[in-house]
Amino acid sequence: MSAGILITIVLVLAIVGFVLGRRRAVATAGGDGRRLHSLPGYYGQSVALFAAVPALLLMAVWLFMQPVVIDGRIGEMIPDSAVPDGGSRGLVMSDVRRIADGIEQLVDQGLVSETDLATMRADFTNVRGRLGEVGIALGSNVSPGVFEAAKVYRDANRTGGLIMTIAVLAVAAACFAWSYLRIKPDLRARNISETFVMALLIGSSLVAILTTVGIVASLVVETFHFFQMYPASEFFFSTTWNPQFRGGSDLGILPLLWGTLYVSFVALVVAVPIGLMIAIYLSEYASKTLRSLAKPAIEILAGIPTIVYGLFALITVGPFIRDWIAEPTGLGSSSSSVLTAGVVMGIMLIPFVSSLSDDIINSVPQAMRDGAYGLGATRSETIRQVVLPAALPGVVGAILLAASRAIGETMIVVLGAGAAAKLGLNPFDAMTTVTVKIVSQLTGDTEFASPETLVAFALGLTLFVFTLGLNVLALYIVRKYREQYE
Amino acid sequence: MYDNPLTKRDAVTKEVKISARGCQVYYGDTHAIKDVDVDIEDKTVTAFIGPSGCGKSTFLRCLNRMNDTIDVCRVEGDIRLDGEDIYDPKVDPVQLRAKVGMVFQKPNPFPKSIYDNVAYGPKIHGMSRNKAELDEIVERALRRGAIWDEVKDRLDAPGTGLSGGQQQRLCIARAVATEPEVLLMDEPCSALDPIATAQVEELIDELREQYSVVIVTHSMQQAARVSQKTAFFHLGNLVEYGETGQIFTNPQDPRTESYITGRIG
Repeated sequence: MSAGILITIVLVLAIVGFVLGRRRAVATAGGDGRRLHSLPGYYGQSVALFAAVPALLLMAVWLFMQPVVIDGRIGEMIPDSAVPDGGSRGLVMSDVRRIADGIEQLVDQGLVSETDLATMRADFTNVRGRLGEVGIALGSNVSPGVFEAAKVYRDANRTGGLIMTIAVLAVAAACFAWSYLRIKPDLRARNISETFVMALLIGSSLVAILTTVGIVASLVVETFHFFQMYPASEFFFSTTWNPQFRGGSDLGILPLLWGTLYVSFVALVVAVPIGLMIAIYLSEYASKTLRSLAKPAIEILAGIPTIVYGLFALITVGPFIRDWIAEPTGLGSSSSSVLTAGVVMGIMLIPFVSSLSDDIINSVPQAMRDGAYGLGATRSETIRQVVLPAALPGVVGAILLAASRAIGETMIVVLGAGAAAKLGLNPFDAMTTVTVKIVSQLTGDTEFASPETLVAFALGLTLFVFTLGLNVLALYIVRKYREQYE
Repeated sequence: MYDNPLTKRDAVTKEVKISARGCQVYYGDTHAIKDVDVDIEDKTVTAFIGPSGCGKSTFLRCLNRMNDTIDVCRVEGDIRLDGEDIYDPKVDPVQLRAKVGMVFQKPNPFPKSIYDNVAYGPKIHGMSRNKAELDEIVERALRRGAIWDEVKDRLDAPGTGLSGGQQQRLCIARAVATEPEVLLMDEPCSALDPIATAQVEELIDELREQYSVVIVTHSMQQAARVSQKTAFFHLGNLVEYGETGQIFTNPQDPRTESYITGRIG
């Protein structure tokens, strides 16, 4: 029975449970709702929850664990001879899975009967041809060992699925019956549903946290593999980046990190002054009408996909800088440059800085401004010497958040900054960033076994640590600021 | 001063510092101040009393054009400081506010050091030629604010770290540092405890030696304690204005009497 049908059955059971539970609650109270501890609906809810939740949880765990267990057992069955030279056991396992799939379809379509299948052997039957009939194309002939493994795999999956169906239905029915029978007027059904809501909320936040943990863990594991193949000191301190897919590459992070920081620096030089001045104008000078028009207009910038910014860098800003600034001054001849990527990224960051700083400047108490005006300060004196210093910690936090965006930005630099890893100071030179190299190391048909591909994970982890640090710092500063006026 | 019976207060008429004639204030369509005429004397503490929303703070803010910072607010009529119309287009409100200082309801020290808080006004008005002079101005202001002894050892500490009463006295010191001629105080003690209130009241009495002080207060006892002249506002009208002793012991208007005896307000 497929998972979808099973889920439907459990849910129907839950709905039935709701109706019956509610009815029973009213009946036990002798038709008088006031004698119940909770509203009748809560009793129905408790039955529905008990019927559905444990069964569905069991099903989720089962579906997650079954492939792991079966793969482990089948993996042991495959003889070493079945693993081709230079290939891996993982590839053979995926063959096994596809063959098992194919057999399933053959049986479903009535092309092969169960009894035939039991006697079918790879060395006598053209398995590859038969599987081709149902659209499963295999790269080579099927070896007997793999075919046997596939048959066992299929059987195990079928048995597993059957047991799961029975177990899930049994759990659902048992919990249903138990929660239905325990309904009494003094059962605290409302508290049960309250506990369930809390569990649901905790579960949701766990999803976010566990995902983060999972991402970090996978990065850390792959980075660990990388450092087993490539010395960490070379990675962190070498100044050359020259990956060779034949091996013997130089994988120093320094040129990439330099490129990242240089581009981000240029971006912040563009974004911070403009963004701050926008924020000051909007919060201190602009009239209400203008503000209500200008603020959303600026925030449109934040809604433009970064790939569009990248195109803007590639076909407009890049050639412009090359033709009007770099070539006349003889400083460079490439249309992709640090300046191109930095300027465009700066434009992207403007709404970040302006919108956050605007909120922060607005939260400076009016009393501060009154105090300064009362002493005879002009508007700009008040802003420069009283409002901005008061808002400074928050503004710094906003800038750091913008910086962490800049460091992690990918598409603009892929299209705007170039691909040459270089340690240099000329902003008209093409340079490259950590994110660009992660993309380029992972694109193409490569396997995750060589240092050249695994380096992407080490780069990613470094970047992650960087931006995490910046974010933590920004949050710390912003929080410290908040305490000041409360 | 507390022992001084209200009726025996000296009632010498002094020079008029600020005179308002036919002053009207509108907030959008609301008519907040209706036709107020008042003469505020030099070297005198004048108290504005009245129930909440009667316009006393609004009128106070007219005297140094703080209402300019509120978009919907419109002031009409004639307000003169030493005979000059302060709403004349030629008058720079920034210059005016240097002459007419203001202390607010809630202590609002800037998030700077104590020294910088006081030095801020003198700095922006270029009142000192060098650091030594500025130090002198700051010390004089802090002494006049009766807070010098408490903070002289920690002038670099942030002003926001002081207690509420100290903060308010710091704000007063900040206001007197620019050598204003008039000091406006908008309920300066409403956020303070009784001890801090007593300190600030004592300070106000001392400030009378040099400045004309206008204080808005909700506490009638405070008005009676610190002021020589009292103005009673009600629903945007100036109901009665006169010697404090006379207002509190022998009010002419029945509304004043009702308010000070606690029947309206």
